[in-house]
Amino acid sequence: MQQTVPYSAVLDELEAEAIHIYRESAAAFRNPVLLYSIGKDSSVLLHLAIKAFYPAPLPFPVMHIDTTWKFKEMIDFRDRRAKELGLDLRIAQNLEAMAEGVTPFSHGTHEYTRLMKTVALRKGIDRYGFDAAIGGARRDEERSRAKERIFSLREPGHRWDPRKQRPEFWRTANTQLAPEQSMRVFPLSNWTELDVWRYIEREKIEIPGLYFAKKRPVVERGGTLLMVDDERFPLNEGEVPDMKSVRFRTLGCYPLSGAVESTADNLADLIAEMESSKVSERSGRLIDGEGGGSMEAKKAEGYF
Amino acid sequence: MSGQTPVLHLVTCGSVDDGKSTLIGRLLVETDSVPIDQLEYARTTRRGGSTVPVGEVDYSLLTDGLEAEREQGITIDVAYRHLNLPNGRRVLIADSPGHEQYTRNMAVAASNGDVAVLLVDAARGVRPQTHRHLTVCALMGVQTIIVAVNKMDLVDYSHEVFEQVMGEVRTTAARLGVQQIDGIPVSAVTGANVATKSDAMPWYKGESLLGALAIWEPIGRLADEGFRFPVQFIVRAEGNFRGYAGTVVAGSVRPGDEVVVADSGRTAKIARIVTADRDLDVATYGQAVTLTFDHEVDVTRGDILAAGTPLQPADRFGVDMVWLGEEPLAHGRSYLLISGSRSVPATVTNVRHRLDVVSGHEHAARVLNMNDIGRVEIATDRPIPMDPYTLCRDTGGFLLVDRVTADTVAAGLSRHAMRRAFNVVPHVYDVDHEARASLMGHPARVVWLTGLSGSGKSTIADAAVRKLHAMGIHTYVLDGDNMRTGLNKDLGFTPEDRAENVRRVAEVSKLMRDSGVVVFVALVSPFRSDRETAATLFDKGDFIEVFVDTPVDVCSKRDPKGLYAKAAAGNLPNMTGVGQAYEPPLNPDLIVHGTGDVEASADRLVAAILEA
Repeated sequence: MQQTVPYSAVLDELEAEAIHIYRESAAAFRNPVLLYSIGKDSSVLLHLAIKAFYPAPLPFPVMHIDTTWKFKEMIDFRDRRAKELGLDLRIAQNLEAMAEGVTPFSHGTHEYTRLMKTVALRKGIDRYGFDAAIGGARRDEERSRAKERIFSLREPGHRWDPRKQRPEFWRTANTQLAPEQSMRVFPLSNWTELDVWRYIEREKIEIPGLYFAKKRPVVERGGTLLMVDDERFPLNEGEVPDMKSVRFRTLGCYPLSGAVESTADNLADLIAEMESSKVSERSGRLIDGEGGGSMEAKKAEGYF
Repeated sequence: MSGQTPVLHLVTCGSVDDGKSTLIGRLLVETDSVPIDQLEYARTTRRGGSTVPVGEVDYSLLTDGLEAEREQGITIDVAYRHLNLPNGRRVLIADSPGHEQYTRNMAVAASNGDVAVLLVDAARGVRPQTHRHLTVCALMGVQTIIVAVNKMDLVDYSHEVFEQVMGEVRTTAARLGVQQIDGIPVSAVTGANVATKSDAMPWYKGESLLGALAIWEPIGRLADEGFRFPVQFIVRAEGNFRGYAGTVVAGSVRPGDEVVVADSGRTAKIARIVTADRDLDVATYGQAVTLTFDHEVDVTRGDILAAGTPLQPADRFGVDMVWLGEEPLAHGRSYLLISGSRSVPATVTNVRHRLDVVSGHEHAARVLNMNDIGRVEIATDRPIPMDPYTLCRDTGGFLLVDRVTADTVAAGLSRHAMRRAFNVVPHVYDVDHEARASLMGHPARVVWLTGLSGSGKSTIADAAVRKLHAMGIHTYVLDGDNMRTGLNKDLGFTPEDRAENVRRVAEVSKLMRDSGVVVFVALVSPFRSDRETAATLFDKGDFIEVFVDTPVDVCSKRDPKGLYAKAAAGNLPNMTGVGQAYEPPLNPDLIVHGTGDVEASADRLVAAILEA
């Protein structure tokens, strides 16, 4: 069958849907915030937000959950973009856990994620009094995300209760909140990973260089290549990082982000490589291990 | 524009028994829409009841979502997935569970659907749920229904069996007014007619399922002749820029077109169609844009800009309603109605009938319970424009939201604005309540005392009235029990009847207040939303909510009417505080304690009335 629907037409529809969700959120919630995690999805999310309110400036602040274990390059990118775009950037951290010396190496990935990401997110939302947090989760990421709503309700204490989720009809959203409820909003719900890349390509959206292949110092742990981004990475006796041409499919805390060996140092090569591999991107995220249901368990605790 | 619909919204209905998970799983795999690691999982993992040998793909594992469901082996909620067709079209699947109790989920999945794939098990034939699926799809406005007659391999690929099923389905579809219905004989297990045509059924001349999805085109958008644009957000920017942001939900618009603000009837010409990329020459269905006018017109969020087919506001509508809430629909209770980006208080004034979704019969009903579909009448607080749902889903569909819990309790489909809304025009009299207040020499107010039976509402009201009377202030007490012996003697004590009881008392108190009297209402009025509805009749300050807070054990010991004794004997199942909950006010204007000094409480009431 010949190619009769241009990819760009699919992207146009996804873009319109995301913009609709943004406008509804900005108007309906008292104090919404855009959760910005610096990666490719966040870059698309931010780009769409700016488009949605053009020519007015972004009508809400942007918050980053900073575990202090992000790649250095990510933080540089974040600060530069925030300045260029004039963003009202807020940083949320779990200072108590940091003071107690919680690191990805000292605690299990599950506990580390709970403390430094989930708890930090909840603290950030509570501290600024946000009633809605807009994030970049997609339904194709993981099986339990397939049932996620676009407007995902959180009970008091940020708890996600699958039975309390509201039915979603048409383009009409129930954005009403009872006391202490809050909302997570996912404008990219119906996007796929490939859509995100194609959109980045079409719209010429700037993303961190870590997505592109480059020689980087890595060590292998349990079949996963990890980048030694700074001196906090505990090397074994006599271990010397290899310089390998690698890139990252998803960006997060460097000790938890598996690298893939690749020579794709530009967008076209990268998309070609992605289309041929067909492994889900979450396979590189160490925090998602422990079976397909663990995302659901994390969400119930308030994870994005 | 290639004329091709880039994204097709598909709803799938049927149960696990019909082989739905397997069919969807196969569609995903055949279109390369499943990541390798998830495919590997479906090859190696097995759950109880699976007969698929390890090493082969158990397609049903690809589509299950939540842990709880996987344990129970059922799907309990709508799941959203995507397919990429070879011609580049994206298919967004809303997968709805098939079990009877989940009519609500079917309605959700069908609400955005262009096409429904409805599974029928060839070996078992058409079943009650088949009719239910057809009914809900038709109701929610799904244009095309593809009946996938599955498990054809189990009936020897029999043409006769296929025709038998299709004959029954077509009869129901014709009754429901389904626009287009097609049948495809398939086997999800063998893959026959799923992605490619099968040799096993030479008698079938149509497309494979994927083929049918690839060539589908809409039968004409329902409202091509009318433009609809609900305003979501007012964009204000430098240089006096003022634009109206929203999504075109019907028709199209060009610069120079005249549009009507449907709420006010004012008109304006479109000056620009603004997007971040560039100004557009035309905006069509589905595009999110920002419109500017050639001159200032008052427009707020929620207003609808319209052209073509007229759209006029009304405050009474006949609607079909899918009841979603665990609590049944309460006649007379105030809900929040959300239509597009607008929300407005609304009341269900009449339940006409409940629809039997299997037989299509309409049964007389007074309430709707969860998963019921019925025809009701609603009244909105102020006139709003709504299209008939068949004309446009986005401007004809609405949600009802519980005002306390904020839960979505119903999805409504507007059928028609009711004529009598236009015929009833309130007459405004020159002598109003302010004029009467000055003649009386005191302001008129409503003091609403709520609390348990025996809490002391009437006693405190009595004491306050005596004091006011002595001061020359005109008063009256509307007492719950006294009202029930007259005006409200047709009402019982179910939550629905209590809501109606409160509504009538509130309306009467409003009339008496307008006549210049200070009105005391002594009424249990146990439900917060009912009291909030009553308060909306009055200006702030004219309605004083007083919570008579007395512990239930004190009330039941007093038991002035012997009601608690009856309830204890099991003779009053709806007794507030015993069989039914009492919802105390969250922010009452005044709290008095029924265990305290009655005269002191009455003094506080008098002070509140005089200073309010």
